[in-house]
Amino acid sequence: MPVPILMPALSPTMEEGTLAKWMVKVGDQVGPGDVLCEIETDKATMEVEAVDEGTIGKLIFDEGAEGVKVNAPIAVLLEDGEDERALEGFDAGSGGPAPKADAPSAEDEAEPEEKPKTKPQARAAEAANDDDEDDGDDEPDLPKGAETANMTLREALRDAMSEEMEREEMVFLMGEEVAEYQGAYKVSQGLLEKFGPRRVIDTPITEHGFAGIGVGAAFGGLKPIVEFMTFNFAMQAIDQIINSAAKTLYMSGGQMGCPIVFRGPNGAASRVGAQHSQDYAAWYASVPGLKVIAPYDAMSAKALLKAAIRDPNPVIFLENEVLYGRTWDVATDPDFTLPIGKAKVIRKGKDVTLVGYSIAVAKALEAADKLAEEGIEAEVIDLRSVRPLDTATVVKSVRKTNRCVTVEEAWPTCGIGAELSARIMEEAFDWLDAPVKRVSGVDVPMPYAANLEKLALPQSDHIVAAAKAVCYSE
Amino acid sequence: MARTPQTRTRKAPAKSAARSTAKSAPPKVEASKEELLELYREMLLIRRFEEKAGQMYGMGLIGGFCHLYIGQEAVVVGIQAALSSNDKVITSYRDHGHMLACGMESNGVMAELTGRAGGYSRGKGGSMHMFSRQKNFYGGHGIVGAQVPLGTGLAFAEKYKGSDSLSVAYFGDGSANQGQVYEAFNMAALWKLPVIYVIENNQYAMGTSVARSSAQPELAKRGESFGIPGVQVDGMDVLAVKAAADEAVAYVRSGKGPMILEMKTYRYRGHSMSDPAKYRSKEEVNKMRAERDPIERVRLNLLDKLGATEDELKAIDKDVKAIVSEAAEFAQNSPEPDESELLTDILIEA
Repeated sequence: MPVPILMPALSPTMEEGTLAKWMVKVGDQVGPGDVLCEIETDKATMEVEAVDEGTIGKLIFDEGAEGVKVNAPIAVLLEDGEDERALEGFDAGSGGPAPKADAPSAEDEAEPEEKPKTKPQARAAEAANDDDEDDGDDEPDLPKGAETANMTLREALRDAMSEEMEREEMVFLMGEEVAEYQGAYKVSQGLLEKFGPRRVIDTPITEHGFAGIGVGAAFGGLKPIVEFMTFNFAMQAIDQIINSAAKTLYMSGGQMGCPIVFRGPNGAASRVGAQHSQDYAAWYASVPGLKVIAPYDAMSAKALLKAAIRDPNPVIFLENEVLYGRTWDVATDPDFTLPIGKAKVIRKGKDVTLVGYSIAVAKALEAADKLAEEGIEAEVIDLRSVRPLDTATVVKSVRKTNRCVTVEEAWPTCGIGAELSARIMEEAFDWLDAPVKRVSGVDVPMPYAANLEKLALPQSDHIVAAAKAVCYSE
Repeated sequence: MARTPQTRTRKAPAKSAARSTAKSAPPKVEASKEELLELYREMLLIRRFEEKAGQMYGMGLIGGFCHLYIGQEAVVVGIQAALSSNDKVITSYRDHGHMLACGMESNGVMAELTGRAGGYSRGKGGSMHMFSRQKNFYGGHGIVGAQVPLGTGLAFAEKYKGSDSLSVAYFGDGSANQGQVYEAFNMAALWKLPVIYVIENNQYAMGTSVARSSAQPELAKRGESFGIPGVQVDGMDVLAVKAAADEAVAYVRSGKGPMILEMKTYRYRGHSMSDPAKYRSKEEVNKMRAERDPIERVRLNLLDKLGATEDELKAIDKDVKAIVSEAAEFAQNSPEPDESELLTDILIEA
């Protein structure tokens, strides 16, 4: 059977081109890789190579022919043993396999709203389920009678790592100053002594590199905990976190899990200036394939870090330097963990919902005290995780209080507060008695001067003012 | 000091005996007829597969970016011939050849190119993002240079687990200028990780030649300041590649740390399918194809020196052609992924 040679496309958008030059003539023997002709578009000139071997039986277009459609036959190849008689009655025009009708085309891609049909349905179903069940978001975390010890957040995080390293040989810690220095913020104090240099590894100052090595090690079957001295430095490594850790499971059709925890302090410390004071929660929370935790108290921090280390997915664990030295009662049971993606009502109230994560929860609690003095009962929700974001718990509270103030140290634009207010509008619009208000960091790089830094960060008075505004109590 | 790192230049296998280190014997570049027939078959499979992929791209059956390996076949085939089945492999987006050389099925690779359910990533990865844990192929990575720390991490995992497997991270002359490559080199050397860095120097990073992009164009020397020995190899000669890989494998497996193999190779096609290749002359490409083609070289060697017959080679050609035709057929007939696939494989259920 003669084989038609088709006009190729040089790019997904090309529809036709010019047949600039024939490099072969009828009767020539050709083999795979031999150049047959040159074709031109407005953008480029390309050589067309033979894929099969045979003899050129016919050239359908003359040199210089313009407007040759992609996939139109341009020549006919005779196979071994055939001669021009084989061409009699051979219709090259219909000989070419046209692209299948169901093959993805550029048009399909241009209308993404057609495709993800399943998504809104899935989300609606999720919300409906959440409505029906009492998810226990205001039940105590700890079973009655569980043993606790009073300790700092820093010690709780250390104990979480230590217990998980004891539990699972494949868990190890790497990062800058985690071993001999005992942790830049002393979070890994004592771990080198306990587990040795094979499992507690000082890295050079090379975030992009060690984040990538961590991800590769996770692909290779280990369970790395990668400490960033602060998440500000993780910007050097964000390609490996997002393009390699978060996306590979999907791109591999589910083959390539990446069980890794990236942890370290996030957000403003104190007087360290713009490059060391950014809150990245919203950045990571926007990425499918990641889980993102930003705990407030030591009890949930320990339980969630343990859950993060056991989780088979990449988890971003955002700590807060200002909170490292504060103490809480923490569960001592090494089997106690909390679910990632569950928020917690940590103070009950009926008048307004205050919702935040990490240190913003401390500010919200302060604000709730002040509001109580004025007769306003604020409900405070600690999100704990920002991806998955526990919309159900927030919506449930808002349906009760009918008012909501979001609190975060990050910048306002595209922040967690912006996301929450959108979701509240979508899922609790009819329950709202006032628009949701966002309290956030001011939209500036963090200043160094003490007075300006204080002005740039949300304070409890800002939250009080916002709460009163949504309660129309001014 | 346990070792004196050195960068050696080996332009052609015949000169290899003149290398400055006296300790290791000159690499054997002879191969038995059977061995060479197998290498020929593997290279030919990649060549024919890529030609077919190029054709299918032209027909609109393959979307997006498609980077063909034509011309570079000797590199991956020679390296893989020196590895054990437990060794880990990772590379960039020019990855079809690597997958075939790792023993992945042509059908599954081609169906991924067409974005179909029968593809290795069930159509969700595409040309640049394919994986097979079963065959120890860890991708297929689309960000230039990212696979180098990842491959170093795979080596880290092997050392941590106490296995004697190693990792091979393939990357190009373009990647060789990425900062994260040197971050990885540093830690690999510092921690003596079992990793071979194979730099596939095809001389053009997209359209920018090594001469125009690299202050030190001898890429084998790029590990010198970390104490990583590097060897330059004729990447158009599969036996020279195999011999260099044998040495590197022995070195790395013995616990001495990483090693660099710079493969001087050449891609006949553009960077991707939409590359008009204005940055180099046709004469350059044609000369390389005519004089240095890795497959033709082996073919002549088999016919002239090892007593293979035209019929034997034709049988291989036919066999390879059938595999590729079947893959093309499969890739066009496999259905597109079910719409429910949109929302799967984002997270593993904990």
